[in-house]
Amino acid sequence: MPAYLLGRLGSALLVVLGAATIVFLAMRAIPGDPAVVMLGVSATPEQVAALRMRWGLDAPLPVQYVNFLARMAVLDFGQSIRLGMPAAEAVAQTLPYTVYLALAAFVMALLAGFPLGIYSALRRGKAADRTVSLLSLAGQSLPSFWVGIMLVLLLSRTLHLLPSGGAGTPEAVLLPAVTLALPLLSVIVRLVRSGLLEAMGEPYIQTARAKGLNERRVIGVHGVRNMLIPVVTVVGLELGTLLGGAVIVETVFAWPGLGRLLIDSIAARDYAVVQASVVMLVVFFVAINIVVDLLYGVLDPRVRVDG
Amino acid sequence: MAELALSTVRTRRRALPAGIAVPAIVVALYVVAAIAGPMLLGFDPVATSLANRLKPPMSVLADGSLSLLGTDAVGRDLLAQMLAGARISLTVGAATLLLASLIGVALGVAAGYWGGWIDAILMRVADIQLGFPSILLAVLVAAVVGPSLTNVVLVLAVTRWVVFARVARAQTLSVKARTFVDASRTLGASDLHIIVNCILPALVAPILVVATVQFGLVIVAEASLSFLGLGLPVGIPTWGGTISAGRNYLANAWWISTMPGIALSILVICVGILGDTLRDRLDPNLVTR
Repeated sequence: MPAYLLGRLGSALLVVLGAATIVFLAMRAIPGDPAVVMLGVSATPEQVAALRMRWGLDAPLPVQYVNFLARMAVLDFGQSIRLGMPAAEAVAQTLPYTVYLALAAFVMALLAGFPLGIYSALRRGKAADRTVSLLSLAGQSLPSFWVGIMLVLLLSRTLHLLPSGGAGTPEAVLLPAVTLALPLLSVIVRLVRSGLLEAMGEPYIQTARAKGLNERRVIGVHGVRNMLIPVVTVVGLELGTLLGGAVIVETVFAWPGLGRLLIDSIAARDYAVVQASVVMLVVFFVAINIVVDLLYGVLDPRVRVDG
Repeated sequence: MAELALSTVRTRRRALPAGIAVPAIVVALYVVAAIAGPMLLGFDPVATSLANRLKPPMSVLADGSLSLLGTDAVGRDLLAQMLAGARISLTVGAATLLLASLIGVALGVAAGYWGGWIDAILMRVADIQLGFPSILLAVLVAAVVGPSLTNVVLVLAVTRWVVFARVARAQTLSVKARTFVDASRTLGASDLHIIVNCILPALVAPILVVATVQFGLVIVAEASLSFLGLGLPVGIPTWGGTISAGRNYLANAWWISTMPGIALSILVICVGILGDTLRDRLDPNLVTR
């Protein structure tokens, strides 16, 4: 296990390093002096000179790159010109909102996705199955920003049931979470449906039926448990899409999370925060993938790696 | 007897399933609308008409013409704006796929055929890129390069080439191991000859499936970028931009955000059905992610 975990951590580190490199190159690709870019046009020459000194911007590019990575390791992403605080602090303030939103969406997607998928599989080929399949295709392909706006139009503006944005009240999370959950929910429905159909064709299902188990246990214990393994893997990978989706959904609903911070910072050319939020989103994403990998071993004893 | 068998085969081949025919017709209608629409119903992005502001669908405008889908906040016809937007969306989608598939297939075939360091580097880059959400990469790159039609295509192609490269590589690996490739090589065929005549033909079907699935994703990604203000410059009509502009008028002009979204949704759902059906028919085991 330690060797496997180390390898997994190593490749995760490589992904974070790749993301950091892209961020570094992107920041250097913006025309102009990085110090001026970081501090904004209103900075005094003294401030610019101080930052150039502190970050060694006169050094050759490879040296700058190493310094950049060293600062990143201690979470020093520089000062936010828009918010007047360290970029890392701005990220720390918004991160909990994104985690909360993503978790709410994840729970919704699981709670609705599994029953719908199982139901659809058990009614294979019937009208109900076709409806669920079509809806899940729609849920997977519809642009989430538009779905969000339509929910606001219907439930906030017209029916006045829920707030249209912000995070002021406890129920404010509902609309953004539903919007964010929809694509994942659809993916889960499709995976559960096809996974269960496949599992139900296996010989052990015949065995279970032959030994006289009632159909409930055959489906619940033998079918669902075996269907879980592929589903968990893909759902884990899809969790990352939740983070990508959060960038858009948070903007639609003015949800004060990391995604909205990123978009606002891009609009304000607040590059210190752009760097910090991209790197943190990637770290978050990679961490989720490791957890999913470990969970995989718990669910399926066959892939458990002994150390 | 032989004739009978032949005719059965023919009819079976001719009967196109509804899963392909219906969405294909819808997509074709979009293409026609995108080409012909703006010619019939021109859209002037700078024209404004205060008398025609925020007219609901089916209203008669000041000049006596009928506005089928209503007008926006500065009195521009919504249908004309959407037709112009369709042209942009489809152009971006097609150009992105062309670029992404060319890069992806070239690199994927090279990696699969020669292996070695090309393969090692390519797969590493692909893993890193798939290691984080593509919209994040698109947002970051778009923020750096700034809004323009070319940049949007480049940005989206950068986020998509990996999918093509992976499929091309996997397919190349499996075809390369087939006996007819060995036979060609024994007869003295060059690498180039084998790639062009043995490998590329085998790639057509899987790449077509991937391209169909990706088409919907690219169009949604373009709309999302435009919605975030990171896509095309202000002034170029896009579905995402129009939906975004309509957000300020949800209380009194619901149609501005709703109509382009419906157009976008119908298109991506049809492309989705088409992709699913094609995948099931051509290659059930194909991984299109």
